[in-house]
Amino acid sequence: MTTRGVSGFWVSFAFVAGVYLFFLLAMLAATASYSVPEDLLKALGAREIQHSILLSLITCSITAILSLLVAVPTGYLLARARFPGKSIVEAALDIPIVLPPMVMGLCLLIFFQSPFGRYFDEGIARVMHKIKLDIILTGYAFPPDARVFTYTVAGVILAQFVIGAAFAVRTMRGTFDHLSARPEDVAMTLGCTRGQAFWLVTLPAARRGMFAAASVAWARSMGEFGPILVFAGATRMKTEVLPTTVWLELSVGNLEAAVAVSLLMVIFAMLVLGAVKRAGERL
Amino acid sequence: MTIEMVRYDHITWQAGAFRLEGVSFTVPAQRYAVLMGRTGCGKTTLLEILSGLRHPQSGRVFIGERDVTDLPPGERGIGYVPQDGAMFPTLTVREQIGFALRIRKRPAAEIDQRVRELSDQLGVAHLLARLPQHLSGGERQRVALGRALAANPSVLLLDEPLSALDEELRDELAALLKRVQREHGLTALHITHSRREAALLADVVFRMEDGRVTEGGLRPAGGGNQ
Repeated sequence: MTTRGVSGFWVSFAFVAGVYLFFLLAMLAATASYSVPEDLLKALGAREIQHSILLSLITCSITAILSLLVAVPTGYLLARARFPGKSIVEAALDIPIVLPPMVMGLCLLIFFQSPFGRYFDEGIARVMHKIKLDIILTGYAFPPDARVFTYTVAGVILAQFVIGAAFAVRTMRGTFDHLSARPEDVAMTLGCTRGQAFWLVTLPAARRGMFAAASVAWARSMGEFGPILVFAGATRMKTEVLPTTVWLELSVGNLEAAVAVSLLMVIFAMLVLGAVKRAGERL
Repeated sequence: MTIEMVRYDHITWQAGAFRLEGVSFTVPAQRYAVLMGRTGCGKTTLLEILSGLRHPQSGRVFIGERDVTDLPPGERGIGYVPQDGAMFPTLTVREQIGFALRIRKRPAAEIDQRVRELSDQLGVAHLLARLPQHLSGGERQRVALGRALAANPSVLLLDEPLSALDEELRDELAALLKRVQREHGLTALHITHSRREAALLADVVFRMEDGRVTEGGLRPAGGGNQ
């Protein structure tokens, strides 16, 4: 800012940011004021939508945890280890981020239609049936030709995980990149194995990054639509998650319900953003 | 004949354009050795090889009578103080100093006593509950030193421990280092590019140039002034 008042430089930059921000907020405001709050809350009370909310919350949370379990070792490996072909591995791990989500969903479906995929899908179902895990988890016994993933809730989680994990890996890689390796070195000179050094020194220091990685996976999963539709289907009361609900309600012309659910998702997104910001990490 | 404590025997190591060419030198037992050389010439790599964090491409490393070349870092009996202290980000000063003993599953009373001893000697007893981000540079180096000494090493490795400190603190800490080395009977290998530090601390000076190390001559114990 010059003494002669606000300089043209800052004004023009602020103008660009302002236009974009205005557009965003205008869209949200229009959506929020589409209908009166009472009608929106009534729409959220429908049985299918309640089920969808619950399914979304549960699947996204499971996906977030699974993504973190994969992202921590993978991110650490990428940040610390040197090996031939590393750049190819890095590129490959970015595939779910770069590909259109619908394509990921199609690839999932085709994989599970392939002989190997079917073997895997039906094989796990048979193992679960043998150890009674099917009754424990779902309350009924799997028929002989049952499949664990295709058109099921497990399929929803898998579709979310494939993409969510890629984002979580990116976040964890960034976290470990910024953590110096020297303290781990010192820990080893003090008598630790690599595993102990990682558990006692590195992981505690990576807590915030882990929270951010889980949040990224959670948020991304909440919004996942294409792959779930293609792979797990859009069966009401079974594999319907919130984005699917928006689409289904829209397709029958029930705009009120679609808007209500959309606003709910906006609130979820803001809660996640707020939590991550408070934890001090960048998304 | 002086007893050898640390011996590098024809150590070679290479990465890209950077190489160590058959580095061989010996540090006598219980002496304070200073290794000097330009930044980036490989001094840190030599420390890493001695501490076991890096494996030489050829050559052997000896501590006392033992060939430690293939031993893991934790079994070599060394204390390592890297640049800037390299604190464990989430542990208090008490936990940092007691770390080596905790790994060795020593009883809590023993760890407590050792931590008290060392923190008194190093002047950080009032900081035991602090986390690293609330320590000054000088305090960090003292804690790093205590951490390295906890398990009674025979060799102390220091990578430019005084570089990040201002001059007044530097002299104070240098005196502390010398005192600690004498009292614990340690063999010290201290990297620096400061001639003043060498003058203050060194019993023996080595110079590193073009991937080779040569001895710079024995200084009278007690150091000269520069």
